[in-house]
Amino acid sequence: MNYNWNWGIFFQPNPMGTGTYLDMLLSGLWLTIKTALLAWIIALICGSIVGVLRTLPSKTAEWIGFLYVEFFRNMPLLVQLFLWFFVLPELLPRAIGLWLKQLPNAPFWTAAIGVGLFMSARVAVQLAAGISSLPRGQKQAATALGLTTVQTYRYVLLPMAFRIILPPLTSEFLNTVKNTAVAITIGLIELTGQARSMQEFSFQVFEAFTAATLMYLLLNLVVVTAMRFLERRVAIPGYIAGK
Amino acid sequence: MFSSFDFDVIRRSLPYLFYEGMTFTLTLTALSAFGGLVFGTLIALMRLSGYRLLGRVAGLYVDFMRSLPLVLVIFWFYFLVPYIGQWLTGASRPIKVGAFSSSLITFIMFEAAYFSEIMRAGIQSISRGQPAAASALGMTYSQTMRYVVLPQAFRNMLPVLLTQTIVLFQDTSLVYVLSITDFLGAASKVAQRDGRLVEMYLFAAVVYFTISCIASWSVRRLQARISIVR
Repeated sequence: MNYNWNWGIFFQPNPMGTGTYLDMLLSGLWLTIKTALLAWIIALICGSIVGVLRTLPSKTAEWIGFLYVEFFRNMPLLVQLFLWFFVLPELLPRAIGLWLKQLPNAPFWTAAIGVGLFMSARVAVQLAAGISSLPRGQKQAATALGLTTVQTYRYVLLPMAFRIILPPLTSEFLNTVKNTAVAITIGLIELTGQARSMQEFSFQVFEAFTAATLMYLLLNLVVVTAMRFLERRVAIPGYIAGK
Repeated sequence: MFSSFDFDVIRRSLPYLFYEGMTFTLTLTALSAFGGLVFGTLIALMRLSGYRLLGRVAGLYVDFMRSLPLVLVIFWFYFLVPYIGQWLTGASRPIKVGAFSSSLITFIMFEAAYFSEIMRAGIQSISRGQPAAASALGMTYSQTMRYVVLPQAFRNMLPVLLTQTIVLFQDTSLVYVLSITDFLGAASKVAQRDGRLVEMYLFAAVVYFTISCIASWSVRRLQARISIVR
């Protein structure tokens, strides 16, 4: 392979004057983490609401949940980001649209909200599955004790369901981290974006991508380890995962 | 809101969008699904082969691919494939690889990791008695797999495999980062040429949505029909 390897490139100053190339990648990593965390919070909140809607006895609630999930699952994430970023400001009243377009960090907010909503449909499906996997007696016992629907969900169903679906939620969180890379298309310079611009400035393609790859692997490892720990902490006694 | 909407730009660009763009997207989806399934099955067989080393290598590959964002993998292969080609053919300089071949290789390698997990689950869902009976009949390992295990695993996992193919169909839109004219790429090129972002992106969204909805509805029907058999 006639490729000029130069691993020292990471310690050379980058042309933006923000330190070395390594600093550039690290700032990308930090932006990836920030975007993923905000997106995950949005995904959990919206996903929980919709997931609960899908399990309520009301037909209307079930339909709303169904439509929400179908809407966000049947479009590529990239198209959804384009809709939020390019189309939404044009469809809103002029003043609001202009304000949206002039928002500082618009790619960051769009990415976080776009990826968050995209992932929320997946969280909703997992949570609905988790709730319906609970024995029927749980809900009946709660009703027999005189708990209202809200109390039943708050104190009985959700604490159980969330602990059961923790393993699939872990992989959904990892997907959230990976999906933030799609935001490179709306100009978010996260880890993949920084690796790409490092490649364009320095021509060291493979060093840049290797470093980004290692950072993603490390991020994965941290998340998986943390979630294993959490899983063990909150495992339900009596279930296979529990003691 | 829709008063300044120009539906004509969509009508005018329909041939370009579908003949060039959608053809690319669908061909890429079909070939990647097929290639991914073949390689994925091989990887699944490696993992279940009982040879420690083979299993380890296959497992590492799957974990590695699954922890990287697809966008990064697309960039990786886009730059790496010319060098691999040079190494394979012994050429003096990195060979030129077209946009289609480059993205096809990327998606096959990437999807193989995901398909292999599905096939592994499918193979593991076959009861132990089946391969045992096959070897009692004097079948070799490859005959057992070819005639007994894989057909059943494939059939059991068909809905999941198809669902993964729908995800793949949506994911092919990411070749946008290489400025390739797939369906979304075509829409975006027209959008930027004519300054009609709203119309084109909304139209692209509607098309993706419709196709995916119909496809996943068909998968659900298929699943209902298959599950009666068992």
